[in-house]
Formats: sequence, C-alpha cells, structure tokens
Amino acid sequence: MCNINIIISDAILDTETCRQEVQRDGAGGQVVFVGTVRNQTKGKEVVRLEFEAYKPMAIKEMRKIAEAILEKWDALAVSIHHRVGSLGVGDIAVIIAVSTLHRDKAFVACQYAIDTLKETVPIWKKEIFVDGEVWVAAHP
Amino acid sequence: MNLRLVAYGIAREILGGNDLQLNTTAVKSIGDLKEELVAKFPDFEKLTRFSMAVNEEYRDEEYLLSDGDEIVIIPPVSGG
Repeated sequence: MCNINIIISDAILDTETCRQEVQRDGAGGQVVFVGTVRNQTKGKEVVRLEFEAYKPMAIKEMRKIAEAILEKWDALAVSIHHRVGSLGVGDIAVIIAVSTLHRDKAFVACQYAIDTLKETVPIWKKEIFVDGEVWVAAHP
Repeated sequence: MNLRLVAYGIAREILGGNDLQLNTTAVKSIGDLKEELVAKFPDFEKLTRFSMAVNEEYRDEEYLLSDGDEIVIIPPVSGG
C-alpha cells in the first residue's frame, strides 16, 4: 500500500475517504485536519473563494511535506487532499490525514503539514466579497 | 535568449494574461528576470514577495537561465 496520497481536485472532498487512506493496523492514532471556507475576513462577508493551483508543482511540494512527515515523525501514512475551483462558505478546501504509532506525533505532524502547505505549495485563493475581491496574502 | 513566462493568481492579472514570451539579451539569471519584470510591470513590486520556478522547483536569484526555459511566476501562496 502506498504511504503517501496527494490529490488536487475540483470535486467535493471527502473526509472519511482521506482518513481511510491512512488507516494502518500498526497505528495508534490518526489526526485529520479539515480546512473550511470561513464566512468573513476582518468583518467583511465572504461570498465564495476561488482556488487555483500550479498543479504539477503543487503536487510535488505536497509530496515533500508528506515525505518529511514520514521521516521526522515515523508516520505510517500521510494523505493530503486539496480542492481547487469555486468554493462556498463551509466547503472543505483541504484535508490532511496522518497516522502514527502514538497520538502525540500525529498531532504535531498534522500541524506541520498545514503550516508548511500554506508557505510552500503553489496554490492561491481569491476572496470574493459582496463589494469586491482580493488575492489572499498578495499584498503586505 | 528566448524565455516563456507563465503566471498564476495575481501574477496573471498583473501580466494581463497566462503567459508572456520574452526575447532578451539582458537577462541571465532569475535575479535579472525579476528586475526586468518589475521594470516592465511595476505592480510586481507591490506584492509581499514573488518567487520563480523552473522545472517545478523554486529557484533562487543566482539560478542561471537557458534559452527556451519556461519560468513560472509564483506570487505569495495562500492554499489551505
């Protein structure tokens, strides 16, 4: 069985599918992080988010994150699913699942994965408000 | 040297299109290319930062370009 699963998709993401990918009999714990679309940014109502990816490189960078987790925390399996396209409030943008021997490492590894993803993976989101739109993090 | 620039996110909007063909003798490295880009499109300077990728890897300013390279402009990422 493959211990790394990386998906970028414009279809709805499924948390249970992602979790099952990291199911291993030797694992004592799984941590699943689910990132969802929030209804406001700094008090401004968000209508939707539009995600786009430089797909081949985004997959490569997510794979690097997963490989680092297998190495640093002896994880048994890592899955990262990221959505692209137009997402509404409450939709799932990203799911990260990690399984490890003991729970503490799974928590740390999952946190590392989402923090690093936000810094290195070439995926962008534009927030669409009622009265305008903005590329997130583009400007200081 | 012929270079092809590909842009995503806000970089595409600054460029005014998905890609740009560049024929230049002034550009040798990624650093040169960033300077050239800022000179042509000053809005790049307003970004928090921007990076460049060749063959799906981030490249630093010293990276030397070759004729026919495809360079992807990576504005600040915001996945997750």
